[in-house]
Parts: sequence; C-alpha cells; structure tokens
Amino acid sequence: MSGLDTDTTEAGKAAPASVSPLRKTLAALFRDRLALFGIVVVTIIVVAAVLAPLVAPQNPYDLSQLDIMDGRLAPGSHSMDGMLYLLGTDDQGRDLFSAILYGLRISLLVGFLSAGIALVIGASIGLFSAYVGGRTDAALMRIVDIQLSFPSILIALIFLAILGQGVDKIILALVVTQWAYYARTIRGSALIERKRAYVEAARSMALPDRRILFRHILPNCLAPLIVVATMRIAYAIMLEATLSFLGIGLPVTQPSLGLLIANGFNFMLSGDYWISFFPGLALLVLIVAINLIGDALRDILNPRREG
Amino acid sequence: MSRAVLSVSDLTTSFRVDGRWTDVVRNVAFEVGERETVAVVGESGSGKSVTAMSIMRLLSPTASRSTGRIDFEGRDLLSLPPEEMRKIRGNRIGMIFQEPMTSLNPVLKIGDQITEVLRRHRGMSHRAASAEAVRLLDRVRIPSAASRLDEYPMNFSGGMRQRVVIAIALACSPKLLIADEPTTALDVTIQPQILELIRGLQEEEGMSVLFITHDMGVVAEISDRTVVMYRGEVVETGSTAAIFAGAEHPYTRALLSAVPQLGSMAGTPRPMRFPVIDLESGDKAPAASTADTVRRDAEPILSVQNLVTRFPVKKGVLRRTVGHVHAVEDISFDLREGETLSLVGESGCGKSTTGRSIIRLVEAESGRIRIDGMAVRGVGRHDLAEVRRQAQMIFQDPFESLNPRMRIGAAIAEPMVVHGLATPEEAGRKAGELLTRVGLSASMAERFPHEFSGGQRQRVCIARALALEPKLIIADESVSALDVSVKAQVINLMLDLQEQFGLAYLFISHDMAVVERISHRVAVMYLGEIVEMGSRRDVFENPQHDYTRRLMSAVPIADPARRRQRRVAEGEIGSAFRAIDLVAPKRNYRQVAEGHFVLE
Repeated sequence: MSGLDTDTTEAGKAAPASVSPLRKTLAALFRDRLALFGIVVVTIIVVAAVLAPLVAPQNPYDLSQLDIMDGRLAPGSHSMDGMLYLLGTDDQGRDLFSAILYGLRISLLVGFLSAGIALVIGASIGLFSAYVGGRTDAALMRIVDIQLSFPSILIALIFLAILGQGVDKIILALVVTQWAYYARTIRGSALIERKRAYVEAARSMALPDRRILFRHILPNCLAPLIVVATMRIAYAIMLEATLSFLGIGLPVTQPSLGLLIANGFNFMLSGDYWISFFPGLALLVLIVAINLIGDALRDILNPRREG
Repeated sequence: MSRAVLSVSDLTTSFRVDGRWTDVVRNVAFEVGERETVAVVGESGSGKSVTAMSIMRLLSPTASRSTGRIDFEGRDLLSLPPEEMRKIRGNRIGMIFQEPMTSLNPVLKIGDQITEVLRRHRGMSHRAASAEAVRLLDRVRIPSAASRLDEYPMNFSGGMRQRVVIAIALACSPKLLIADEPTTALDVTIQPQILELIRGLQEEEGMSVLFITHDMGVVAEISDRTVVMYRGEVVETGSTAAIFAGAEHPYTRALLSAVPQLGSMAGTPRPMRFPVIDLESGDKAPAASTADTVRRDAEPILSVQNLVTRFPVKKGVLRRTVGHVHAVEDISFDLREGETLSLVGESGCGKSTTGRSIIRLVEAESGRIRIDGMAVRGVGRHDLAEVRRQAQMIFQDPFESLNPRMRIGAAIAEPMVVHGLATPEEAGRKAGELLTRVGLSASMAERFPHEFSGGQRQRVCIARALALEPKLIIADESVSALDVSVKAQVINLMLDLQEQFGLAYLFISHDMAVVERISHRVAVMYLGEIVEMGSRRDVFENPQHDYTRRLMSAVPIADPARRRQRRVAEGEIGSAFRAIDLVAPKRNYRQVAEGHFVLE
C-alpha cells in the first residue's frame, strides 16, 4: 500500500538530489537578470577596489607621483609625461580614476564592516529579546524605538562630534545608528518562529536554550535579515559619504568617495564638473547595484511567493 | 436519475509550474442529475478541489488552463466569456468552502454580506433584501435570526459561520451547490448538524449538490452517487451503495479498508491493526491483532493526579485578570508501560493542554505528575531534562514540527548528541537505523523536510521521538492531518513500535474511530474535565455519559446501508471561561464497572 503514501503534487516536485535552501536561493538569484547584473557590477567594483594598488595608474596619495601642473585637467587628457587621465584630475593634479578606486576601498570597508558588526550586535539583541520576552523584551524594544525615532545622520553627527575623526570612529558611529534596524527585524521573525511547533518539539526534547536559539530559531529568521543587511550596507556607504562630504567623517588622509565629491564641489560652478561627478557616479552605481541584489533577494526569500 | 444538471466530460486542467505545464486533472468525466447529490472523493493531491475550481472557473487564468466540456443548463461553462460566467457563479451555482472564517469578510456585518448578494444578483431593494436575509438565516436554522444581522462573523461560532456561508450560497436559489470540504474544519459534534442541514435544504430547494470530500464516512452519509479520484483521474464512478458494497478498483478498495469504522472493534479486547491492501492486485491481508503489551505488574509509567491548568483572561488598560479559562480541571489518570490511553474530545476540551502540561510545555497550576517515578512539577532544569527524555511528543502537523532548515538526519541525531547518549558519528548511524525502523530508508537522512510527503514526515517525527528511547510518547492529534490510507499506515507503525519497545502512548485525538482502533483505555474530555474513563470496550460498548454518546453518534459511518435516520443533537460546545472568584465544585465519579468511571 506504500503507493498511496506519495501524493502526486509532491512526486512531481521532488528533486532527485537534495538541495539546501542556501543553494536554492543562490540559484534563483543568478536566474534573476537584474540581480545578476547587480552581482557582476558589485563584484567588479569590489575586485577593482581591493586590487587598487595594482590596477590604478598612480597612487593618488603619494605626493611624489602628483604634479600640481596637471591640476584640473579634463577627462581624456594626457599628463606632461604622457599618462592618460581617463576621468580627469582634481585641483591637486590627482588622477581621478585612481582616486575613485582608492576611495572605494574606504567606502566599501566602512560600509561592509559597520553593517556586519551592526548585524551581529542587533541580531543577537533582537533574538535574545524575542526569546526572553516579558519586561526585558519591552525595555529593549523601547530603546530600539528611541533609537529609530532619531534620524541616523543626527546620531552619527553627535557621535563623531564627541569622538573625532577616523575610520574606526565612523564605523562605530554607523554601528550605533544601525543596530536597531537589525534588532527590530529579527525580533519580529523570531517571535513568529518561537511559537512554531518545531521550537516546541525542540523544547520537548529538552534541548538547551542556546541551541534552540542559534540552531533552530536563527536559521529560520535569516531570510529577512539578509534582505535588510543588503539594503543597509548600501545605506551605510551612503551615510558615510554624506558625513565625509560634510567634512566630519574621514580625515583628508583617508579620502572616501564622499570626500572626493566634496573636493570637487568648489569647482562645479567653474565648469570642472568631473571632479565631483565621477566619484558621485561611482557611488550611485555601487548603491544601485547593491539595491538590485537586495530587491531580488527580497522577492526570492519572501515566503508568500511560494504558493 | 433524471436529466443531468451538470455534465463534465473530458476535463483536463493543467498548472504552469516554473514555465512548464503539468496536468493536475486528466480526462475527468461525470454527471450530476437533478436533485442528486454526487460526492467527489479522494485524498490530498487527487485533484478533487481543482475539479471543483475548474467548474467554477475560479483558477488563475494565466497560470492554469482547462480543456474539455462542462455543460451546465445547456451551456458550456469553459467557453463562456468572463462576465457571463460571473452571472452564473453565485447565482445559478452556489459554493461553500472549507474554512467559513476565511470566506466571510471579518469587518462586514453578517446582514450586509447577505444583502449585498441579494441586491447585486436579484436586484432587491435594501428593505426587501433585509427581510430576505432574515428568511435565509431562518432557513439555515440560525436562532433569532433578525437580531443577529448586525453582528460580525467573529461573534459566530465555527458551525454558525458555516451556516451563514450556506445562507449566502442559497441567496439566489442556485440550481447546483458545490460544497468543498464544508465540514472538515468543524468540530465532530457540529459536523453532522451541517450535513443534516445541507441534506434538508437540498430536498426543500430541489437543488443538486456536488460534494467534495476526503471522508468516506461523509460520503456514505450524504451522497447518492460517488466519483472516486486518484492522482488526477477518476478511477471509479457508481452509486454510493454499490461502491461501498463492492468496489471494482483496487484503490477504492484500499481506501475503504483504511477507513476506520466505529463499532467494528466490538468484542476485540486489544488494539487492532488496519488491514493492508495491495494497490496493484487489490489483495487484502487481514487485519492483524496486537500482542498483549500492557505491563500490569509494574508501577505506572505516567501518573497524573488532580492536574489543573488555567489560563488567565485579562481585560482593560490595566490588564486586570477578570477570569480564567479552565483548560484542564482536576484530572487524574495512570498509564502503564505498553498501554495506550486516548484522550478524546472536541476543540477546547483541554486534551492538548493536558498533554502539554504533562511535560511542562505549559505550566500547570496544581496537581502531581510523575513520569517513571520522577516528579515533573517543581523540579529544576536538569531534572526536567531527564524527565523529558522519558516522555516524547509527536505533534499534529509533521511539517510544522520539523525545522525546515535542518536535514532530517541531523534533526534525529541532535537530541542524542545533546543528551550525551552518542557521539555525532554514532548518532548519525543510529538516525539511519531509526529511519529504517519507521519504514523509510537510511539514505533519506540527507534530505530536508520539504522533500517528503505528509505521511513520510510524520514517520520522521516518530523516528525523532524514538531517538531518546523514551518510555512514553504523547501523540497530540498525530494522525489527524494525514490522508486516510496514510493514517492507517502510521497507526499500524505505532502499534508495531508499541510491541517492539513496550511504549506507552497518550493518544490525544478528536477522531473516535481511530481511537477505537488504537486504545486500550479511553478518557473522554469535555470543558477541561474527564467525563468518562474506562477500558476501550467499556466506553465504546457501554457509554454512560451523555457527552460520550453524543460524540459517538456524531461520527459519520462509512456504510450507506447503515445510514441512520438519526436525530442530530442540536447545540453548541460550551465555554470553559470561569469567573475569577469561582470555587470549583467538588466532582464525584461513579464507578460503572471495574476501571470504568463516569462523572456524575
């Protein structure tokens, strides 16, 4: 009578080899054309930024390689010794293409690291809050509420005003402004997962709380967290650029994209658009590409999509 | 049978899945005559609901397509333009769905939902529609209908909601009523009320009824003719009496033999396996009886004394406790090794809360629980872990109770590793053995839960419960969500395991017929109390309490020859909400026979 056991709908769907959810998500991501485009763009940018010292025509912060005579050259012009300035130069004679590659290094580092740290902290707090419940949960969530009711830029401004400039300090400021988003997101899904029967089953098998929390609840809350994280990385990069543009983010010795845009801003009206324009364009492309991936992930990981 | 009202021929419906078209229903053909009730019966995935949806053309026009002919009142429904179809839907053909809450709009008053249909389809004035709505609610036997028009769906119980849905379906005096599992989501004692109502209305209105169900008992109760579907095809059509008397197709025979029949166990002292039928040949292996597994000499494995679990009901801004839901009220029983005690009752009777209180998934208010001699209440984490090892739980929904992101081998091995019973390698090997033991294969350990069918998943859950070598298994509605044939297999498996390991089962269920098969003893629960408890034979053959009798008379009997001219008990299930200052009265039990007690 075993023939009755498999119903048709499932027999039709059953894959020959067992596929993990992670692999299925990745496969779906690569099938999505826009997402694939985003992945390719982000990969190119990341590789170029990491390999900047090898790829860039000059080291824009080695003063010995700069020539003040080459200042504010238009895109496509050549230096005295024949080097091509693909995207032009800034007022100090810096090759903008090289400056953008070096700037991307800082922007990406700050964006990914701050988002990563905020994710770990926020997710831990949110998960704990949901699992413990009661007053602890209420107290933690009021802190999150307060945090979310202030604009991120304001909190970051206050923090940097107190701490001063530096890569480590801006990462810290960005973590402080962002952990609450992760905490709120994961708490919501953890509250739902906590009530599901498999968690109850785990409790009835007397598994330790830590294990239930990290092995059972957490993996099932990852989907929304990944989506939020992707979007937040883009936001962190943007926020860092804004702060640097305002001159309170990174020191001039570690120029990120925001600082490059700020540099060129003074020359906009005199027609030297490229000094601000190309770093701005790089920032735009990076953020749009990350958001394309995030959008696709949101669609793929949406539980309602499977029907 | 007179002229056909609905005639379906050569209906094939396909769905587009990932860009490919797959047939879900193939070459289905049947007729529904005037004033006739035809049941379409089949298990999940058989295509019975898709057939109904195709007739109503309710499937997505982009992701599905239907070919063939569906003749209704001389017109082919499949070739009608959408606006013509809308006139037929809800007007000439009424429809009732499984879940009455979702088919009613929760924010609209009941009266408005009915009058809307009347005004749209029958062009009535507001006043006339209101009067007609009252008449319709009267017809579906909703008491004091006029005063209930202004209430919202949430004020109605499940059975009453289904009556409202039926009233809406009847609003335009349809020629044909399509009922898709209309009683499945309802409580046992409410089900026959709705069946009786549909039958009565059919006679009064002269309608034809197309009844979709998975329940052979319901088929036997209500239908004139039966269409059996299996894997998207019709395997057998015939008069209900003929099909039950002697089905042709092996599948129908297998299906029928898997249907538990109340009263079929009369005279047998011990639980009995379901007969097994070979799908290819239709040969039947007789039902095997079980060995005597109960150990009467030893101490009981589970002993529950005066267990009380109450949930506070809070109201107002200050969240003051205004009363309690007395979910479990003063319950006592023992369970021996190798014995099965069933807790039966309807939703809200406290049977699940009892099971969950026993292993402290919810905290009881008072009472003594001992599992294998160890106290359960008032002990620390370490002792509780020890207790929970002895008592494992199997839940209703096997998909829900498995972590979707964990391979099942890891899920089965996990408790053994955590409790230090095995190294990860040993646990992995043992997980494979357990899978074989429950009728799966060890190679399936690498799969994820979604890659199994419902019955296989429940086997996985059983394997996981066995991993800790418990002595007691609490099975909370563990077979209720399974198809009949799968249900029979899982019950057989549970009986096998009881023989092998001497397991004690606390079997929590609302299904009297299944309970009759599997139990040594039965406890009937109503509003938190055990109203009757005794050996299975005593309770089933000599029921004493009114509620026990009512529960048993509510079970549909899968035998059209025994279709009763029964009087259906009216009334609703009570509420277990009690005021805060209530002092629970002392309840006494009267002994009927040895070990057979009835609440006075």
